Amino acid sequence: MLEIKNLSYRADDGAEILQDVDLTVRERFVAITGPNGGGKSTLTKLIAGLYQPTEGQILLDGVDITHMSITERARLGVSYAFQQPVRLKGLKVSDMLRLAAGKDKKNVDYCGYLSEVGLCAKDYINREINATLSGGELKRIEIAMALARSTKLTIFDEPEAGIDLWSFQSLIHVFEKMHEETQGSIIIISHQERILNIADKIVVLRDGRLVQDGTRDEVLPGLLGTTREACNVLLGKMGGTA
Amino acid sequence: MDEITLKMLKEVADLDALPTGAYNLRENGKAAGRNTTANIDIVTKKDEPGIDIIVKPGTKNESVHIPVIISQTGLKDLVYNDFYIGEDADVVIVAGCGIHNCGGSLSQHDGIHTFHLAKNAKIRYIEKHYGEGDGTGRRVMNPSTVIYLEEGASMTMETTQIAGIDDTIRLTRAEVKAGGSLVVKEKIMTTGDQYARTDFVVDLNGEGSSANLISRSVAKDNSRQAFVSDIRGNAPCAGHSECDAIIMDNGSVSASPKLTANNIDAALIHEAAIGKIAGEQLEKMMTLGLTEAEAEEQIVNGFLS
Ligand SMILES: Nc1ncnc2c1ncn2[C@@H]1O[C@H](COP(=O)(O)OP(=O)(O)O)[C@@H](O)[C@H]1O
Ligand SMILES: [Mg+2]
Repeated sequence: MLEIKNLSYRADDGAEILQDVDLTVRERFVAITGPNGGGKSTLTKLIAGLYQPTEGQILLDGVDITHMSITERARLGVSYAFQQPVRLKGLKVSDMLRLAAGKDKKNVDYCGYLSEVGLCAKDYINREINATLSGGELKRIEIAMALARSTKLTIFDEPEAGIDLWSFQSLIHVFEKMHEETQGSIIIISHQERILNIADKIVVLRDGRLVQDGTRDEVLPGLLGTTREACNVLLGKMGGTA
Repeated sequence: MDEITLKMLKEVADLDALPTGAYNLRENGKAAGRNTTANIDIVTKKDEPGIDIIVKPGTKNESVHIPVIISQTGLKDLVYNDFYIGEDADVVIVAGCGIHNCGGSLSQHDGIHTFHLAKNAKIRYIEKHYGEGDGTGRRVMNPSTVIYLEEGASMTMETTQIAGIDDTIRLTRAEVKAGGSLVVKEKIMTTGDQYARTDFVVDLNGEGSSANLISRSVAKDNSRQAFVSDIRGNAPCAGHSECDAIIMDNGSVSASPKLTANNIDAALIHEAAIGKIAGEQLEKMMTLGLTEAEAEEQIVNGFLS
């Protein structure tokens, strides 16, 4: 279980990016949504340790991880699939999956992880994580790494950006399979109705504040309705395709 | 062979024993073993130190190993090796050099390698430089490589200097005729107060000739590196060079790529990127459970792999 208490983050330039967020994650799937710039990525970076909060506390299964390093949190069971995956010249897909699976693992199931994200292992395993991979391919490799890690808390920052030529159904299957294996929680930042639809809990962040937090049935109808809020949330991301 | 020689052979030529096929082992400035085959001859030069390696036309699936080991402190070794590769031959040449310097004096190996590839000959040339030893004596290597590619000839040169060489100036000069192709893949890592300079001049003289120089380097601690290249397109040709460097600590890298087009159909491109490891790259690795130091190591190893 992840507990976030009064979490705030002020950027170096003094801007209040996140203010006083309280959130508990114990469900299977927790979706974070809200307009661009609302603070979603910031909140998950604070959880994974990429940013240090200015105030507040983060507990993972009762352990205070607020001031732990990224490495320590990763070792305690936090995985984070970036919104913008990084490229690493010279490192191969197989290298990254091996590192993700853990140093001592001998038989890494490269084929399994890659086929789960719709990539053919034989075409990708020796590819370098460099500019020759498309954005969509990178996103799926990022998801495969999270699968290989198989930890009790996994965060996906807008995973749907990688599903060109793939499908929502397959992406949702990845989340379900991951939960089956880890029995943990999965936090998914998303604007997509199809993903919000599988969430046990939906959280809405706007202007750095948590403005809604409830079950899917409590929150989703409001988001999909014709209220101004809903339009802002969905159009904020989907643009012309909405 | 003693333990040091064996270890150095492993480091520079990935050999566990003397190789099969043609070879010439040079140790502490002297010949220490040689084998020739029906198609590959090795002859000691008469007027200067070094050897001629002569590969008969049409020779395929054979290799030549010419490792050089220096384990004597204070030794300065200079050698001229000439390679004559016959028409249509296709062979692999492995030339490693290792310096094990436990003493207090400078040990140095300067190799001048000249390649003459006849029409349509093809070689893969692998060269690895390595130094070790806890003495205070500097380990120095100054390799020069001169390459003449006749029509349709092609050469791939893979050079690696990952550890232990304090000072190196590497010169590569090439002339490529019509349809000839040169590919150079260079990897260099410097640490401590090491210095490495690599300097290429390639003349693309014939129609359809090409050159591709790819350099990847890492400069750590207070080490310094310089990359200098000049690709001269004197005919309709394609030239590309790429210098990619990571600097760490107080490392310094300077890249001076030059392109000279003397023909309207010469297509020449250069790419260079120098920088530290990006914060987000380290962060990604750390989210996989690696420490910052482990993350750096993985990124550097991958970059130089
Ligand atoms: N390190 C930072 N310094 C300054 N501003 C930041 C920083 N990180 C994020 N921001 C700003 O904070 C706001 C929230 O960003 P982000 O968390 O990425 O939003 P979201 O993921 O919801 O789109 C944005 O206005 C963004 O520009
Ligand atoms: Mg975001």
